[in-house]
Amino acid sequence: MAANDPIHQFQIEKLVDFGTVNLPVFGRSELAFTNSHLAMTIAFVIVVGFLSLVTARMQVVPGRMQAVGETLFGMIDNLAESIIGHDGKKYFPFVFTIFMFILAMNVIGLLLTFTVTSQLAVTATFGLMTILLVLIVGFAKNGLGFFKLFVPSGVPWVLLPVIVVIEFVSFLLRPVTLALRLFGNMLGGHVALKVFAGFIVTLVGLGLGGGLGVFGFPGAALSLGMVIALTALECLVAFLQAFVFAVLTCIYLNDVVNLGHGH
Amino acid sequence: MELEAAKQIGAGLATLGMIGAGIGVGNIFGNFLSGALRNPSAAASQIGNLFVGAALAEALGILAFVLGILLKFG
Repeated sequence: MAANDPIHQFQIEKLVDFGTVNLPVFGRSELAFTNSHLAMTIAFVIVVGFLSLVTARMQVVPGRMQAVGETLFGMIDNLAESIIGHDGKKYFPFVFTIFMFILAMNVIGLLLTFTVTSQLAVTATFGLMTILLVLIVGFAKNGLGFFKLFVPSGVPWVLLPVIVVIEFVSFLLRPVTLALRLFGNMLGGHVALKVFAGFIVTLVGLGLGGGLGVFGFPGAALSLGMVIALTALECLVAFLQAFVFAVLTCIYLNDVVNLGHGH
Repeated sequence: MELEAAKQIGAGLATLGMIGAGIGVGNIFGNFLSGALRNPSAAASQIGNLFVGAALAEALGILAFVLGILLKFG
């Protein structure tokens, strides 16, 4: 049943094995070029290649390819500008990079290869990178004033200890939810796709067996329709999750960039 | 074998947490639609907020789902 197992698709396989090495902190580690690496490399090449292609012959009136690139660029640019405000331009490269990379990995995971964003280790790295940037920017810009983030203005002093604890815990949960949202969405969507695809095979097999099994054929057709519909939905989710990641990155950055004085 | 059975039941129960996420996401989109029908000209500017709200509500359901997966395969 290995082929029908919906979790089997998330198995990491070694393509090129480099053996094991002894690392000072992590102990014995296996080194290998895996299918996850391959998919990430493809995503990287696609992002860099695509953006180089659309900006290769720039014109004042954009052609089709250039228009696609400009739309993506403009969307994130507007986002950073509208959420972070005047300082948004400084953080735009980070947000745009992470958006394009996650979008590329989601889309090629759906259409072409292994889904890298369905690995918790990968999404957790993105979450950590984002929150580390937030911390660094927060401390660099505000110094110890960073801790004002946990003390919202206009709260009655009786409630203050409770509010501070809640704000602090919700801040700690930010990278966790950031990582889990992307991971869970990709994992859940791909498992659902695989389950319905598995139904088709099983029901057609039942139908070919003859007898009452012929009722399997309409069921298989229904499952096929479901797979098509789910694939369409997953295309939307793939884009949406990359977008949501970018929006939340902007919101978290805005919290520390414009600390204490809105905009 | 009882431990295995308890794990499976627990995984099933953990996914019940997604009921809340379903209610939350439905609430957000329903309210957005009713607001958008009252004032369609303002709707386009709120699409970003709509999806962020939906994503935040959905994340809690995803936590339940991940817990279920962890129980089943962890």
